[in-house]
Amino acid sequence: MRIRIQFSKLGKVRFTSHRDVARIWERALRRAELPVAYSEGFNPRPKLSFGLALSTGHESDVEYIDLDLDPERVQDLDLDTLPDLLSAQLPVGLTATAAVVADKRMPSLQQAVTSCTWRIDVAEDDLSLIENAVAGVLAADEIVVTRERKGKQITDDLRPLVFSLDVQSPKVDGRPNESGSTLIAELGTQPRAVRVSELLAALDPPLTELRVHRLHQWITTDDGQRTDPMTVSAAASAAVGAT
Amino acid sequence: MASASLWNRLEPLLPQVQKPARYIGCEDGAQTPEHGPGIVSWLLTYPDTYEVGLPNQGLQILYEILNERPDATAERSYAPWTDLEALLRRERIPLFSVDTHRAGGEFDVIAFNLSAELTFTNMINCVDLAGVSVRSADRADADPLIGVGGHCTYNPEPIADFVDFVVLGDGEEAVGDITEVLREWKRAGKNSGTREGVLRELSKIAGCYVPSMYEVEYEGAHIREVNPRYSDVPSTVEKRTVADLAEWPYPKNQLVPLTEVVHDRLSVEVFRGCTRGCRFCQAGMITRPVRERPAEQVRSMISNGLKRTGYDEVALTSLSTADFSGIQDVISGTITDAGEDRVSVALPSLRVDAFTVGIAAELQRARRTGLTFAPEAGSWRMRQVINKLISEDDLYGAVESAYSQGWRRMKLYFLTGLPTETDVDTLGIAELARNCVELGRKHQKSPSVTVSVGGFVPKPFTPFQWFGQNTVPELGRKVGLLRDDLRRAKGVQLKWHDPKATLVEGIASRGDRRLGPVIEYVWRHGGTFQEWSEHFNYELWLEAMAANDCDVDWYVHRHRTEDEVLPWEHLSAGLHKDFLWQDWRDALEEVGLEDCRWTPCYDCGACTGYGIEHRVASATPPAGGSQGTGVNPASGGAVPVVLQNRPPVGAVTT
Repeated sequence: MRIRIQFSKLGKVRFTSHRDVARIWERALRRAELPVAYSEGFNPRPKLSFGLALSTGHESDVEYIDLDLDPERVQDLDLDTLPDLLSAQLPVGLTATAAVVADKRMPSLQQAVTSCTWRIDVAEDDLSLIENAVAGVLAADEIVVTRERKGKQITDDLRPLVFSLDVQSPKVDGRPNESGSTLIAELGTQPRAVRVSELLAALDPPLTELRVHRLHQWITTDDGQRTDPMTVSAAASAAVGAT
Repeated sequence: MASASLWNRLEPLLPQVQKPARYIGCEDGAQTPEHGPGIVSWLLTYPDTYEVGLPNQGLQILYEILNERPDATAERSYAPWTDLEALLRRERIPLFSVDTHRAGGEFDVIAFNLSAELTFTNMINCVDLAGVSVRSADRADADPLIGVGGHCTYNPEPIADFVDFVVLGDGEEAVGDITEVLREWKRAGKNSGTREGVLRELSKIAGCYVPSMYEVEYEGAHIREVNPRYSDVPSTVEKRTVADLAEWPYPKNQLVPLTEVVHDRLSVEVFRGCTRGCRFCQAGMITRPVRERPAEQVRSMISNGLKRTGYDEVALTSLSTADFSGIQDVISGTITDAGEDRVSVALPSLRVDAFTVGIAAELQRARRTGLTFAPEAGSWRMRQVINKLISEDDLYGAVESAYSQGWRRMKLYFLTGLPTETDVDTLGIAELARNCVELGRKHQKSPSVTVSVGGFVPKPFTPFQWFGQNTVPELGRKVGLLRDDLRRAKGVQLKWHDPKATLVEGIASRGDRRLGPVIEYVWRHGGTFQEWSEHFNYELWLEAMAANDCDVDWYVHRHRTEDEVLPWEHLSAGLHKDFLWQDWRDALEEVGLEDCRWTPCYDCGACTGYGIEHRVASATPPAGGSQGTGVNPASGGAVPVVLQNRPPVGAVTT
């Protein structure tokens, strides 16, 4: 039985790494005494899988974890109270916000998610400068970046993965940005996820990242339908239940 | 007091540094400290990175004990890594606590755990980062008191200039006594001119040594005597010993860090002390007598701790854990309590015998990757000298038993540069390693043995405190012998500790107050994080010694004589000096000494001097005899041995 949990990562805890969060979850699940299934073999590990990594220092409303429960040990699992039960075992700043039953046959989170929406606070406060930089990116045919991977130089075009980019200043979501400005960007994740730092470096002039917050993770299907990891799995589990 | 959290100033810096989770706190088990006029505030600081310092059990125990007191509060701090330090200094942000990000200078006490000599410069650096004068004589009345404790502070003389007080021995009770003195001082307003009086009061607390209350007189290069400056200051400071561990079931809420640390698991201390009497081992000497925690308490600390923390691994900590007389009960109890949960039990210090391997097999049902043993020396003769009475049969029995039960890798720890060591002894290390691999071939396709060799540093309060440490070229030559000899040995990897680091440890280990300027010189020239090979700066230490007219050979390589006044002579770990001297002579005559828990008392002083006794859970020795080896240790060579090339003056002549 696979459960998908949505959680947020906010405040001081944002300085933990993706690996740290994985370990925190392993301990939280044991403390919550949830009957997590373990892999076979010499070194059994709990069957957990995480979605797209969130860079150390970034915040998010929408992180996901899939966990497999041992069907023989599951009793009275209440999906409505599960988030609170788990949040009580997580450190301040990590909060489980929803839980659904997922279908094991579905693609993994990393395969399924097609884009993320980001709120990016930057240090620069010259609005016209930022608007020009953004317009430059949107008007460009390609944005070629080189990066190193396993010792090799790889060249990529970021432009097709910049789905949208807006300047929102001085207020976003009712939150004043005391210094600098705020961008809202939707960045693609397939075939690879564009990092916010790559986008800011590719702007002309490059902008200085202050705070970054993941607002949404999207799953856009081939027919253009747009959902998120929780609705997809809810629909899937309903479909599984119906057959 | 206006005490704004430094968090808002720190936060923008964290995206610029490595591993920012080191600085956020938020651990499970972190306390909510309350500060106030009648409350003495302690900043418990580990002078190395968070990953190294957080698991330190000593600081965690004191953190809880102090926070339980209505008149005390405790927070924690760790040495910021060099990247953050540069930013803090640039932005003029002081050392901070990770609990509430409060400035170090706002605490009444900054107390350090010092477990290695090479952290001395980091301690000074933390004091400076807190905005406090590094020399105690320069501090103002209202400045925090700088305290230290831990194994390295049994000879605190090299850092006497920098610290206000030192706690010798167990800190559980001493921190309460210190708090009471400081509470009254704080209540009275820490008025001008009262600091000296407070230090004098602290010096009367058992186990609390205040260096500034003592005058050292020299006669040429040697110390003539060390005297208290006032008649009400004790002439000898005795260590503090907690008699019954059962009364101190700490930590009750072990901190669970959000980021990975060196020992990322539950730790339960099963006993303190050790009576095996390994002569090189300072920890074994200074923590006597043995005080075992009742097996039932260990079991409940494990099961509560696992439940609370969510860890799936528990380490039973102590010196030589397999010697815990309740080990069988604890292990079977832990496995029963865990039920269907997967829990692994780690024994950080294994005894070298088949019995121990049997326990390890019971514990590590899954991951059988590697086992570590510490024979310490390569020949039986050498092991008699150091009183590590493990026969080759014990070692081979343990190793074969491990290979046959699925382990593929063994790690063997050795010391080199031991008293009376010859090249035959050194090469014996290679011989043992090759034989172990050979035994492994019977059971495994590609068995491997990692030989880890450390240079021996003589330590205060051990029988080897009189021994002249091997020089860097001599240690290098011995490592070279092993390298040459093992060059073609398949399956044997050789690792060694940098002899230059061994030398610097030797400078501080048995140094005196004249080393203060040396340590300060190293710190002022950027010599922090000396425990980290990428930062260790040998040349800087030599330069600092030369600049302050301190002779390396005199401090490190010279054999001491029986009548020499040692720099730590006014401090006591309970051990009688004549016991240690006799044990030193026995060592040179290759006479072993049995574990005193089940043999008549040798009157070392650790029990008799303090009116306490060993506390053991079982009246009979553990399997394998009192040393766990089944070997009669009295079969030492009768011929007196020559100590290296330079016998100590006035030493063994019989």
